[in-house]
Amino acid sequence: MRHSASELMAKRQLKSRLSFGQTVRNSLTMAYRGVLKIRRTPEQLFDVTLQPIIFTLMFTYIFGGAIAGNVQSYLPIIIPGILVQTVIGTSIVTGVQLREDMDKGVFDRFKSLPIARIAPLAGALLADTIRYTIATVLTFVMGYIMGYRPEGGLGSVVIAAVFVIVCSWAISWIFAFFGVIARTASSVQGISMLVLFPLTFLSNAFVPVKTMPDWLQWFAKINPISHIITAVRNLINAGTIGWDFAVSLIGAAVIVAIFAPITVRVYMRRA
Amino acid sequence: MGHIQRTVSDNGHWAIEAHGLVKVFGDKRAVDGVHLNVRAGTIYGVLGPNGAGKTTTVRMLATLLRPDEGSARIFGYDVVKEPQIVRQLIGVTGQYASVDESLSAIENLVIFSRLLGLSRTEARRKAAELLEEFGLTEAAKRPLKHFSGGMRRRLDLAASLIAQPPLIFLDEPTTGLDPRTRNQMWETIRRLVKQGSTVLLTTQYLQEADELADRIAVIDRGRVVAEGTADELKASVGSSSLQLKIQQETDIEKACQTVEGVLKVRANVSLETGKITAPMADADRVTDLLIALREAGIHLAELSVQKPTLDEVFLTIIGHGVKEDGDIFATSNETTEVGI
Ligand SMILES: Nc1ncnc2c1ncn2[C@@H]1O[C@H](COP(=O)(O)OP(=O)(O)OP(=O)(O)O)[C@@H](O)[C@H]1O
Ligand SMILES: [Mg+2]
Repeated sequence: MRHSASELMAKRQLKSRLSFGQTVRNSLTMAYRGVLKIRRTPEQLFDVTLQPIIFTLMFTYIFGGAIAGNVQSYLPIIIPGILVQTVIGTSIVTGVQLREDMDKGVFDRFKSLPIARIAPLAGALLADTIRYTIATVLTFVMGYIMGYRPEGGLGSVVIAAVFVIVCSWAISWIFAFFGVIARTASSVQGISMLVLFPLTFLSNAFVPVKTMPDWLQWFAKINPISHIITAVRNLINAGTIGWDFAVSLIGAAVIVAIFAPITVRVYMRRA
Repeated sequence: MGHIQRTVSDNGHWAIEAHGLVKVFGDKRAVDGVHLNVRAGTIYGVLGPNGAGKTTTVRMLATLLRPDEGSARIFGYDVVKEPQIVRQLIGVTGQYASVDESLSAIENLVIFSRLLGLSRTEARRKAAELLEEFGLTEAAKRPLKHFSGGMRRRLDLAASLIAQPPLIFLDEPTTGLDPRTRNQMWETIRRLVKQGSTVLLTTQYLQEADELADRIAVIDRGRVVAEGTADELKASVGSSSLQLKIQQETDIEKACQTVEGVLKVRANVSLETGKITAPMADADRVTDLLIALREAGIHLAELSVQKPTLDEVFLTIIGHGVKEDGDIFATSNETTEVGI
């Protein structure tokens, strides 16, 4: 008996460090798990399917006449606004679901496996890009149905879509952080809304910044959401990539660089 | 010292060496200085009432929770300093199902296998093999929501065995299982050990520890209050006792004197049941006693020998533990010094 016990030991090559390749493979496996979960419970896609449809209709018809004179000329302004608002809003769900998921026993198993520590988080976040993609596509489709024909052409629409998804993925690390520090899923929802609501509305998403009071203009201009929206507008309405585009991506990288490590650390400590 | 530890572990000697583990939640000392030594290739039972600190101890040993004080080694590797290596040596089945509820059994196993580095085809094969072994093939594609408690538990254990880990933690593996399923689980655990694994299991069932474990640690309020084999623990509580029931109640007094005279112990008389109970240190003396009773003309209605059960051990120890703070058993202190 003892003999075979040491045999079981001898068979394995113990590694104290994980290669980058394995980290990526682990994350992709976790993402695959996320995709399977979405497939099993398609009802959790309600928000990303209904919100783009309802918001696009609602905001366009409510604000269109007042802000741009008519609905048609408002579409190039509002569609990028709603796109960014919806997709980034969707990234809150990432944090909420992560919290729910982490409370389940299966996360204990992930923690006890010799896998990259970041994989369960990175995988979950990666799988959520499917949600962002659905929201993005639906917003553009709604816009198209309502008569919006982006000047920048299809190519720039695709680039804009990828750009928004990348930014949302980066921002979702912030909500993932709330997800790991909060006690309950509903408190994640609460904190995240509190952060995101002012950010999306105190921006250039729905109204031109120059109609705001000075102090608000100041905020709306430095608001990172405004930069993302401006970048999308430039891309799809004129086909140009400018400073806002670069600044948004740099900001996204900074967010990941800050929030990914602390989120993983907190996630490990709160085991 | 590190060097010596390595050579010890290379002999496959100790699977677990835990020294003075402490975990504090708020102002509650959930685990309060636990010492454990588990020999490779054995089944070790951790027995304790609700809230004793079993789960917390297991979680610290399985690198899921960082100890506040103390240290632990798994096959010589420190759980805090080398967690990544420790995780390659263990399989953990937690108290609450550690599988994905919304996925099917096969999806669960494939994902865990992939995470453990198996290729897609290997993962599928391994999953099918384990499902077969645990009698879950038929339910392989069904979502776990519709699984019974026993099926879930088996899947959970199957998931811990993918990498054939040399050390397996099972936190209350049979809680909530019906007797038949429990027996199957016991068989599985025994088979694992035959194949060379070491198993640490926690349980609230004394019978289970008695049945399975080579050694048992009784934990209460975060401390090991007794440690040893099931027989040692039983012996520590007291010897077997002899119970006699006399036909004629009037003879009781005389019978009692005879018992005390022959066995040279103090006997207890229960007047309600008409039974005499006496500790039986030497079974051979009972022959003398029976002859003496016959000669005295005392007729027996019933005779039985009662061994102490682990239940009694448990209640005695936990009862004592409350009053005397755990220092009852010399054995527990002795064994914990080894290998530290
Ligand atoms: N995360 C936690 N936060 C606060 N207290 C905790 C936590 N985990 C455990 N405890 C407390 O620590 C004590 C020991 O808990 P533990 O789960 O280890 O007991 P156990 O022996 O496994 O009990 P059971 O047989 O009920 O599973 C309990 O009093 C419990 O309330
Ligand atoms: Mg427990």
